[in-house]
Amino acid sequence: MKRFASPLFAVLITGVSVLAQQKTVTIATVNNPDMIELKKLSPKFEEKNPDIKLNWVITEENTIRQRITTDVSTGSGQFDIVQIGLYETPIFAKRGWLRPMENFPADYDLEDLFKSLRDGLSYQGKLYALPFYGESSMLMYRKDLFDEKGLKMPDQPKYEDIKKFADALTDKAKGVYGITLRGKPGWGENMAFLGTLLNTSGCTWFDMKWTPTIDTPEWKKAITFYIDLMKADGPPGASANGFNENLTLMTSGKAAMWIDATVAGGMLENTKESQVAGKMGYAPSPIEATPNGSHWLWSWAFAIPKAAKQAEAAEKFAVWATSKDYIKLVADDIGWAGVPPGTRKSTYDNPEYQKSPFAAPTLQAMQTADPTNPAIKPVPYTGIQFVGIPEFQSFGTVVGQNISGALAGKSTVDQALKDSQAAVSRAVKQAGYPK
Amino acid sequence: MSVATQQPVVGPVGAPASAEKPNLLMALLEAPSIIALLLWMIVPLAMTIYFSFIRYSLLNPDISGFAGIENYQFLTEDESFWPAIINTVLLMGAVLIITIVVGTLLAVLYDREFFGKNVATLLVIAPFFVMPTVSALIWKNFIMHPVYGLIAFVLHKLGLPAVDWFGDYPLISIIIIVSWEWLPFAFLILFTSLKSLDQEQKEAASIDGANAFQLFFFIIVPHLQRAIGVVVMIETIFLLSIFAEIYTTTSGGPGHATTNLAFLVYSLGIQQFNVGIASAGGILAVILANIVAYFLVKMLAQNLKGR
Amino acid sequence: MKKYGTLIFGIVGWVIALIMFFPIFWMAITAFKTEQGAYSPDLIFVPTLESFKDVFARSNYLLFVMNSIYVSIGSTLVCFLFAIPAAYKMSFFPTPKTQGRLLWMLSTKMMPAVGVLVPIYLLFRSFGLLDNLFGLIVIYTLMNLPIAVWMSYTYFCEIPAAILEAGRIDGATLWEELWYLLRPMCLPGLSSTGLILIIFAWNEAFWSINLTSANAAPLTAFIASYSSPEGLFWAKLSAASLLAVAPIMVLGWLTQKQLVQGLTFGAVK
Repeated sequence: MKRFASPLFAVLITGVSVLAQQKTVTIATVNNPDMIELKKLSPKFEEKNPDIKLNWVITEENTIRQRITTDVSTGSGQFDIVQIGLYETPIFAKRGWLRPMENFPADYDLEDLFKSLRDGLSYQGKLYALPFYGESSMLMYRKDLFDEKGLKMPDQPKYEDIKKFADALTDKAKGVYGITLRGKPGWGENMAFLGTLLNTSGCTWFDMKWTPTIDTPEWKKAITFYIDLMKADGPPGASANGFNENLTLMTSGKAAMWIDATVAGGMLENTKESQVAGKMGYAPSPIEATPNGSHWLWSWAFAIPKAAKQAEAAEKFAVWATSKDYIKLVADDIGWAGVPPGTRKSTYDNPEYQKSPFAAPTLQAMQTADPTNPAIKPVPYTGIQFVGIPEFQSFGTVVGQNISGALAGKSTVDQALKDSQAAVSRAVKQAGYPK
Repeated sequence: MSVATQQPVVGPVGAPASAEKPNLLMALLEAPSIIALLLWMIVPLAMTIYFSFIRYSLLNPDISGFAGIENYQFLTEDESFWPAIINTVLLMGAVLIITIVVGTLLAVLYDREFFGKNVATLLVIAPFFVMPTVSALIWKNFIMHPVYGLIAFVLHKLGLPAVDWFGDYPLISIIIIVSWEWLPFAFLILFTSLKSLDQEQKEAASIDGANAFQLFFFIIVPHLQRAIGVVVMIETIFLLSIFAEIYTTTSGGPGHATTNLAFLVYSLGIQQFNVGIASAGGILAVILANIVAYFLVKMLAQNLKGR
Repeated sequence: MKKYGTLIFGIVGWVIALIMFFPIFWMAITAFKTEQGAYSPDLIFVPTLESFKDVFARSNYLLFVMNSIYVSIGSTLVCFLFAIPAAYKMSFFPTPKTQGRLLWMLSTKMMPAVGVLVPIYLLFRSFGLLDNLFGLIVIYTLMNLPIAVWMSYTYFCEIPAAILEAGRIDGATLWEELWYLLRPMCLPGLSSTGLILIIFAWNEAFWSINLTSANAAPLTAFIASYSSPEGLFWAKLSAASLLAVAPIMVLGWLTQKQLVQGLTFGAVK
């Protein structure tokens, strides 16, 4: 008996220690196609790191944001890696809820990540999240319809050009609408697009003393332009159309122009899901009074909460998922057009990627979007399509609801702006601004 | 020896010998439910009341301290507050009326025999099985969408203009969706309740010369009284806090046309992770629910009596 | 004349059934379409299983289904355990307080979930019940208990006490009274109650998403992972919804038979 004891003991110890070393990393992400692909390829990471097991929680944006915020702000440690955006990262970092990202292997090439993203995801000089996916906004148009009518898109269109084009291209009898834009209420829905329209038209959300500047002639001009454009050349049901509804309209050939996320380019060119692949043209987002804030900046990035139980393993994964190697992995799997866009300059230097018609405009947009300078005059906040304070999620949605109501004809633009001004004033007063 | 007549509401029936034992046993039967629900009610309620009187924002730990009635003021002074209350009551009332009237008629119809009745019954109940978020998405995108939805398709074929359901008739659209979801519930309870209606009673009345309408109003509806009462009470509790359908389709808009109290609490409170405001909203919702329940109980006192 | 009556009832009954079922029918066939053709109004198309393949590749369906089954059936059984004794007592041996108690039970459901999210989250965290099937069963039992009591009470009230009394006089014990007399009469009612409780638990999409992460997530979380903010998903969502509804549909079909059985088993007489 004694002879078996030692080897048995040794086996037991080894077994237990292997089990003990199995680290489970729980990841919370949004369910965008790029993240679905990441989950699909993640076994490659698990092969290289056999002591790490990945657990995925993937759900839609608003839900995951709620889950992540509740978890991170109460330090509950349910997640080891969370996917957050340019909006949350500085807010979370300021509160000390995230671990700074510091351990990079030699070939990671931090400088390759777009500076605008690195800055947006940092706080007081430290980087708190690694960008997995980046997007800006641009104008997407049906080149074939433009050619038919003999129209030419300028290199930097202005909104007055857009109105002219839309009027020319609308053919309601045939069921083709000149333009489709977001109308569904929400700080990340219609207000994301409207934020850029307002910025470039010379509007601001607040003046330097944190007084809201919504009930102003600039806002009225910009919003009236939006509503008139949609009434004349937009599809019915616009006040409930979000990104997906508009994508469906575009891919089924019902709209001629669309200003929205650069990531839509990949979806429009996907021959399996789009009827208009190969017929599209891409141009920079239109400007008006100023180029500042005319196109947004957004990134989904991996951050590690302070309360994460497996922080080291988590960081390893975050580094792997945002590395050049991973991008190459995706290219080998589904082609270059499907790699996570908008994060690394090297992706855009790649000649294979440059073949995609949306690559160049996306690159230009990503490099010129500047959240620290979103408006025509100095403002006390950062963020292009959002105001980087926690309360924005609420009052941004309220303003979105009011504008959507004006779009649906339920109120006048004046009333909508007046109500919005009042709502935002109350909200920031409640939150204690100016601080 | 005993007669099946109306027994008094108070006191046990018959049972001579063991007068003390039933009392203790009876109390024990009820106790677990009461205690469980008591804990479930008190602890979260106490926490919510407490949170509603302090400043507590998950994202903004800077703001803290006693808030007095600030949170309540923030909600009640919002210009969407009273519209939200009205929308809540409208939504609840409309769905109640539709589901109960149509549910009763359907239950009576399905009480008859006809070919393939079992399959048809399952089809009628089917909407209840589907998740509310999915139902809402199906209605919004497949059926009601003015450009690529099925209703638009049919209207187009008939040469009529498309209807922008969520733009022009937002609350009605939500009412349609919610009624469709809850009709099976009302139908199921009323249908099952009809099964215990004495066939003899119906036949006796027929023989006495009663026609279909008289049969309906004087025999069937009274028998369904209690079941209708239950359906009303249960549906009301659920309908007061409808959230998923609104969130998925209109996000409370356009304007505040489809914002009900639950959505307002989400929009002004949870969306910005302000627990103080959300808690105050929860308490206000409880107050509204109590007021509605008070009126309902008064109206339905007859229906809710025991045996 | 009577034959025409039956025919008319049949037609009306079927028309209504088809109208009620139509949106689900449409979702079901969309599950078999390609993503590109998902929003077209065609009834005739070439069916494909690619959406189902995507769904199975992407999510661990089995885990979600098992979680849903555990939580729904578990909470319903516990509910009945608590509710049936209480409803029996309230119906056959009511006191002046009974009405009030019933209304109070229902009032525990008045708080909208959005208002009490953080308190419950913090409570569950303290007790280690986050991402835990037991935690979900607890919360669903408490949520459904008032409904279970109300509905059981209603069905018990429809049973004349005289029959039970007659049985008692004939010498039946409490157990015999319950099993042989009470049970057959209330079976259809309790079956529909059970079905309703299971469905409420199955489709509950607020707590099940906010209190779970990777391990205890039921089908509602599975569905939530398919409505993407940026990307086409109609066919996949339809396939996922079909997969989420299928177990319940099967249960519903089985319970239908039980309902019918219960009726022929024991008439009120």
